[in-house]
Amino acid sequence: MAFIIEMLNIVKDFPGIRANDDVTLQVEKGSIHALLGENGAGKSTLMSILFGLYSPDGGSIRIRGETVRISDPNVANELGIGMVHQHFKLVHNFTVTENIILGLEPKKGPVLDIKSAAVKVAELSKLYGLDVDPFAKIEDISVSMQQRVEILKMLYRDAEILIFDEPTAVLTPQEIHELMGIMRRLVEEGKTILLITHKLKEIKAVADTCTVLRRGKLIGTVPVAGTSEASMAEMMVGREVSFSVDKGPSHPGEVVLDIKDLCVKNAKGLLGVKNLSLSVREGEILGLCGIDGNGQTELIQALTGLAPIESGSVTVRGVDITDLPVKQRLDSGLGHIPEDRHRHGLVLDFRLDENMVIHSYGSEPFSRHGILDYGAIRKNAERLIDEFDVRSGRGADTKARSMSGGNQQKAILAREIDRSPIAFVIAQPTRGLDVGAIEYIHKRIVAERDKGKAILLASLELDEILDVSDRIAVIYGGEIVGVVDADKTDENELGLMMSGSVRKAG
Amino acid sequence: MANRKLGDARKGDALLVPIVAVLLGFVVGSVVVMITGKSPLVMFNAMLQGLTGLNVARGSFNPRYIGELVIQAMPIILTALCFGFAARTGLFNIGAEGQLMIGSLAATTVALLVKAPAFIHIPLVLVAGMAAGALWGAIPGYLKARFNVHEVVVTIMLNYVALHMNNLLILNVFGSFDKVKTAPFPQSALLKDPWLESITNGSRLNWGFIPVLIAIVVYWFVIEKTTFGYGLRAVGYNKDAAKYAGMKVNRNIVLSMMIAGAFAGLAGAVITTGTFNFGRALSAAEGYGFDGMAVALVGSNQALGILLAGLLFGMLKAAGPLMQSNGIPKEIGGIIQASIVLFVAMKYGLERLIAMLRLRRDKASSLPVTGEEAGV
Repeated sequence: MAFIIEMLNIVKDFPGIRANDDVTLQVEKGSIHALLGENGAGKSTLMSILFGLYSPDGGSIRIRGETVRISDPNVANELGIGMVHQHFKLVHNFTVTENIILGLEPKKGPVLDIKSAAVKVAELSKLYGLDVDPFAKIEDISVSMQQRVEILKMLYRDAEILIFDEPTAVLTPQEIHELMGIMRRLVEEGKTILLITHKLKEIKAVADTCTVLRRGKLIGTVPVAGTSEASMAEMMVGREVSFSVDKGPSHPGEVVLDIKDLCVKNAKGLLGVKNLSLSVREGEILGLCGIDGNGQTELIQALTGLAPIESGSVTVRGVDITDLPVKQRLDSGLGHIPEDRHRHGLVLDFRLDENMVIHSYGSEPFSRHGILDYGAIRKNAERLIDEFDVRSGRGADTKARSMSGGNQQKAILAREIDRSPIAFVIAQPTRGLDVGAIEYIHKRIVAERDKGKAILLASLELDEILDVSDRIAVIYGGEIVGVVDADKTDENELGLMMSGSVRKAG
Repeated sequence: MANRKLGDARKGDALLVPIVAVLLGFVVGSVVVMITGKSPLVMFNAMLQGLTGLNVARGSFNPRYIGELVIQAMPIILTALCFGFAARTGLFNIGAEGQLMIGSLAATTVALLVKAPAFIHIPLVLVAGMAAGALWGAIPGYLKARFNVHEVVVTIMLNYVALHMNNLLILNVFGSFDKVKTAPFPQSALLKDPWLESITNGSRLNWGFIPVLIAIVVYWFVIEKTTFGYGLRAVGYNKDAAKYAGMKVNRNIVLSMMIAGAFAGLAGAVITTGTFNFGRALSAAEGYGFDGMAVALVGSNQALGILLAGLLFGMLKAAGPLMQSNGIPKEIGGIIQASIVLFVAMKYGLERLIAMLRLRRDKASSLPVTGEEAGV
């Protein structure tokens, strides 16, 4: 067997934590090799070592059989290793070709020779079926096209080993399908692909081999063909995982959260939400799905008082909250689990107990006459930590910053559920979380539904929308293009609606 | 990322960095003294004398030095509280100097124009200084909250406005005594006390230390113990989260700047009626604002930290004349002060250094590193 990459017994320490503990990764030439693991399992660290961003504290790396020392990304490039980052590194007002040649500009005498570069880009694009226009500006093309530009960048530099870091996070189902096709095409042409992901379905669909990491340790390398999703998940998490959300039929009652003809401006000053109407009834979960940037953020911020409403109205159980400040919205029975838990959900430099009273610190029993009662605040935190199984280094004393994403999210969930709102706006509740935490959070959301809460669940994860929601509203370009029942639809239909090509009245 | 957890690896680390920085500052000072051809021991003796009044080399004791140390520390502690309070709300208040001058101007006004017995007059003078400082702080606070004008720009500009306004009023309205100062204040307005001066062997020690101590306690109590302080800290750490939680972010910004200004205004009143007994026209800012920033930085914006750092910097200032009389340039104090600030500013680097040293120590026993990789 010819291994093109061999990372042998890699050890990497960060102060206080061993991110990679004797990890060995061997990748066959011409294969798609998946690297699977939860957040914090050490995937990114391992890839950063391969790409020359970190140097290992132990172990060795062999590329094409030769021991190498990858001291920085330039060395990686020379060895033919390229990385498609999760967050694209493109200059927005440059064309595709300009972006691709950046740092490697071809010259004719002293003059930039963009024409020959464009010809080469077009050839590469054709060879791998990427269908990219070399002269288009980045800001004018879709996210999936931008990703292809990133791929082209690697190919232009003659990369043989392509690292894809969570490449599907920003794509629609159709686009994911196309990306899989591109990856297969790349392998056919002799490239080798390393796919970093925590999505089992994708590994099953495209990868040949899968290496699983857990808490910095190598759990094993398995052929994908002979391994079920369930057993890969078990390797990743360390215990059996249930994929389906366990929930009974919903019993929707009266409308609780009613949105009528809502218009909201986005950061550019244009209408990000246009004449949007939706209603959520008690005892149901209404999923809001759409491709990132189609007005979800604007809608949620307008509902929860973080962004001003241009026109239209929002009521919670008949109370008009359209113009109310945040505090009074919360008092009217609105609950909010924010999209960005670091930006809005937590004060990262506060302790956990302080974070737990971020809404209620001004009222009894947490304070009296303006003086905080840390005893009561502590007791409250300990109760919630216990009830919601929030794990942290030093319990209520832990700084929120030092907690794992899953436990941060559990803390927010605990705090918000404990306020017992009647209408719950939940955005991206499981973004970046591992399987175990996702399972728990879904269970809790369904339990809230069963208590009769009206829940609006916005998510970019289609699986989550399909599994957890009772009804699904699809948002495209700031408008609702359709509302469908969750059990009467599928990924394909939603995908087409999300891309704006199909509308459906609900 | 994994190394984000670095910050709270050990509980005592918050204290460790300033202490290491102070020690390194003294090392730098010693080296500079050695370069000038003197013994660092002479410098340390002078400092010990500045701190305790004891002259170990000569075996004598003079309480005047303790008094001078307190006099030096008082205003910079107050301006540090000013800077620290705003900083805890996420504001960078460079305006302590101007807020101090306006406080001093208000104190002068009340001292000269009001006639009252001391037990009314003195509190009135102090309150006037605080109120004026608060008002001066409210301007950048309001501009920030309402129009998102950056407080650094506004406070820098207001420092100049304060300086010239002070001079204009002192020289033209109160009638200058000798082109630099007003007529002397009545005894009833003064924090000066001959008794305090006599027990410290003729130092300038005055009752100003009492409002300073009260200010430190108030600072600690408001920030750590009240709902108001909780809201301020939340805004300071994460404005978006504070907004999400329904706090009145803009109101907090204005109030925070006002309270910060009140601390600096108090400093102005204490200097004017404690150290001096007349209103002064100034040719330039006296640097209390920037010293306060340094003290707040070294004290990590904590009440106790500010008290200790204020005393340390007060000591460095007070030891200046002592060092000079021993043939050591008095600027050494400034060099040490600057080095300490520099080392504290390198907090992240120091933390990493400490963590790496620990890791190496922990690792030495557990992980054999092969020769080839050791140098990676």
